[in-house]
Amino acid sequence: MLFPIITAVLFLAPIAVGLLGTLLPSFGILPALGGVEPSIQPWRDLFATPGLWTALRLTVTTGLAATLLSFLLAVGFCAAWQGSRWFARLQRLLPPLLAVPHAAFAIGFAFLVAPSGWVVRLLSPWATGWTRPPDLPLIQDPWGIALTLALVVKEVPFLVLMIGAALAQTRADRLLAGARALGYGPVTGWVKVVLPLVYRQVRLPVLAVLAYSLSAVEPALVLGPSTPPPLTPLVLRWFADPDLSMRFRAAAGAVLQLGVVVGGIGVWWLAERIVAVKGRRWAVAGARGGRGAGARLAGGGAMALAVLVSVAAVAVLAVWAFARNWRFNEAFPGAWSLDTVGRTLPQLTEPAWTTLVIAVAAVLIGLVLVVGCLEHERRGGAALGRRALWLIYAPLLVPGVGFLFGIQVVLVASGLDGSWAALVWVHLLYVLPYLYLTLADPWRALDERYERTARSLGASASRAFWRVRAAMLLRPILTACAVGFAVSVGQYLPTLFASGGRMATLTTEAVALASGADRRVTAVYAFAQAALPLLAFAAALAVPAWAYRNRKGMR
Amino acid sequence: MRLVSRLLIALVLLAAGPAAAQSWAEISGKARGQTVYFNAWGGSTKANDYIAWVGEQVKARHGIELRHVKVTDIAETVARVLAEKTAGRMEGGSADLLWINGENFAAMKANGLLHGPFTQALPNMALVDTAGKPTTVDFTVPVDGYEAPWSMAQLVFVRDTAVLPDPPTSIPALLDWAKANPGRFTYPQPPNFLGTTFLKQALIALTDDPAALTKPVESAAFERVTARLWPYLDALHPLLWRQGRVFPANGPDQRRLLNDGEIDISLAFSALEAASAIESGLLPATARVYTLNNGTIGNANFVAIPFNARAKEAAMVVADFLLSPEAQARKLDPRHWGTGTVLDLDKLSADQRALFDAVPKHPAAPALDSLGPALPEPHPSWMERIEKEWARRYAAG
Repeated sequence: MLFPIITAVLFLAPIAVGLLGTLLPSFGILPALGGVEPSIQPWRDLFATPGLWTALRLTVTTGLAATLLSFLLAVGFCAAWQGSRWFARLQRLLPPLLAVPHAAFAIGFAFLVAPSGWVVRLLSPWATGWTRPPDLPLIQDPWGIALTLALVVKEVPFLVLMIGAALAQTRADRLLAGARALGYGPVTGWVKVVLPLVYRQVRLPVLAVLAYSLSAVEPALVLGPSTPPPLTPLVLRWFADPDLSMRFRAAAGAVLQLGVVVGGIGVWWLAERIVAVKGRRWAVAGARGGRGAGARLAGGGAMALAVLVSVAAVAVLAVWAFARNWRFNEAFPGAWSLDTVGRTLPQLTEPAWTTLVIAVAAVLIGLVLVVGCLEHERRGGAALGRRALWLIYAPLLVPGVGFLFGIQVVLVASGLDGSWAALVWVHLLYVLPYLYLTLADPWRALDERYERTARSLGASASRAFWRVRAAMLLRPILTACAVGFAVSVGQYLPTLFASGGRMATLTTEAVALASGADRRVTAVYAFAQAALPLLAFAAALAVPAWAYRNRKGMR
Repeated sequence: MRLVSRLLIALVLLAAGPAAAQSWAEISGKARGQTVYFNAWGGSTKANDYIAWVGEQVKARHGIELRHVKVTDIAETVARVLAEKTAGRMEGGSADLLWINGENFAAMKANGLLHGPFTQALPNMALVDTAGKPTTVDFTVPVDGYEAPWSMAQLVFVRDTAVLPDPPTSIPALLDWAKANPGRFTYPQPPNFLGTTFLKQALIALTDDPAALTKPVESAAFERVTARLWPYLDALHPLLWRQGRVFPANGPDQRRLLNDGEIDISLAFSALEAASAIESGLLPATARVYTLNNGTIGNANFVAIPFNARAKEAAMVVADFLLSPEAQARKLDPRHWGTGTVLDLDKLSADQRALFDAVPKHPAAPALDSLGPALPEPHPSWMERIEKEWARRYAAG
């Protein structure tokens, strides 16, 4: 009983307190700045901000477009390729791609597609005729296209993985075989029969993608326009304004950001209803659809491009890290050098350790809590109901700026800001949902009879748990840990707010350097930031392989 | 009677200031073993390496642990100190030393977020040039001992002499040049200080009433004084890189555009920008700085201690070390950083002077008198108003 309660308190309390700590200043209450009387002045200031409507429009269009495109691409790909060899291969390739933090990816993406980026360098001047970078808005375009595309490339792997996990539970193969026997084309059959079942299971992850896309910080800072930027960077700018009275407007903006996400989820929900009604009619109308060759080509091509871009974004980081100089037009650096890496590594060690310690601590605590909840449920306790699941998801659905300022005030008041405990705890808010998400299904799916057999052979409950359940679930447990680890490594805003700036992680350093400085040094940090989660994923593959080296059935 | 004497004692203590109550020996004694969280902009590798060197030095000499908290904008730290005051944390704050000037200093001073006055206690303050350099006034706001000077800075333009041998050297000439070379100039997006400085530079060149800039801005005066600035920018912006719809985030970002060949002119706040960037391989060897015919804005930057700093004594010792001839001479060296000193070289002993003479002259370092006069900063209130108006006109999409 303890685990679900602890988990709930750990989640509900901080977010509620954080929201309150943001809501009050948005209505003029922040005693340190002399705000004691309730007032709607912050909201008046907010709506009088020049460019607010453009920022709002940009936020909504990029967020919705990115989510819709990611979802369509993921569904299209799964519909066209599920069951094929490529689908299985891709599913193994995706987790590492997913592990690349948003900051590192955005920096790499910018190095790739900017007017002076790698793609233009490779094509110039022989194909383009450009001897100097063209003055084209390839990144930071006023419509947020580069930002949207980067978000799509980053979110598609996540959705494909989530759909893949849902497919495993829905007997999709049999359903699809039935549809095929009735003469439905493979893609049409999948969309009509499998998708409705799968969608119910991936709904929360899709909403998490929506909430993230509507409030993304690092990709927007690196790839988004700046006159004005989307809402979250704009609000962050106010929080950091030297004119301290801007804090009130910033709080109102944070609440507005919250409203945007709630509104976005509302719009999505409405669209779901409409699609459900129309779709039902379409599904039973009997059209069989063709062989779906076009869909296969489009889905496969788009997916391949997304994977290629992800890999290239990390690769260009590595190239820059070892470049001595790399002038425009050269396809590769004119001179290579280990200097940058050699000079940067000593400075990088401490942030790397901080990153590692926080991530490991958050993952271990999260694992204990998640396993505790799952075991509680399995041993006859109430399952975490749908509502509790929403609770665990809350940190993914509530935009960080909406409650992190409030949390910061509480942390400072309790003297905990900048402490390891505060950092681990704030990271846990984001790590735990992903741990739960990746571990819950395999945990429930393991056949009860294995443990029962162990018990009947005289093993104690704990021995059966460790020697049978934990041992058999080693692979999904480690995969979940790697996912949680990657999530922790990637946290920017929570780290910034909870650490009081005192603890530098690879992510905060990489983002601080991204806005200027030396591209080579930025690349080293961003590459290190991407490498750490990749190593975790490699370990998640290697450890079970070693542990099961003489367990033929577990390979 | 007792009340009166108590009041008198309190007044005397207040007038003396908290720092003056201790001798320097007492302060450095207390400083030993303390950890200083130095919140400083972390966007420059050179500056970061220099601060790391300072850390080694104060560790070895004074037993002080220096931690560089790299911030993207020092305003973040100002925000945090405020959050701490909000939460009633009057001591044991998270920041001990800040790299700061201008707007942020004015805001912190006005809101009582600073410790001090403390600079009168620093032995090396005696070497500071308080007459020829703006070390006692920060953007027209009196420093009053609440921050210790660190570096001198002057707005410079940077170009590659191989690409642009004959750059425009006045604000009107810049517009004419941009007409002939559209898309080849830009400036960091205000409220970035370098971008705002460019706006102030343009304002000083274009206004009829430069004297008004030394006083706090008044609404009526603002329109009159800036009347020529906005038509100038309206004409300039379509001729900028990306037609003025996107701006670089800061100076190093713009330097990157120059190095990539996306633009022809960059801006910096250091006469040694070209020398320093060439040393780091961030600009071609033919890069040079230049200023405008009538000079450019110059200012000093400082270090300050928050009111609730945990290691006030050690922060003062670090501030003093930053002012030492050794640290200042190293900072002047483009191989190590390359920014101007706040010291008066005539006040130095022969040994101390030798440290400065030993700094090698870089081919891309301008001669001391070639930069023209350093123009004074306007009052910070102008900056605020110009930033607001700029955002209203050009950042509203």
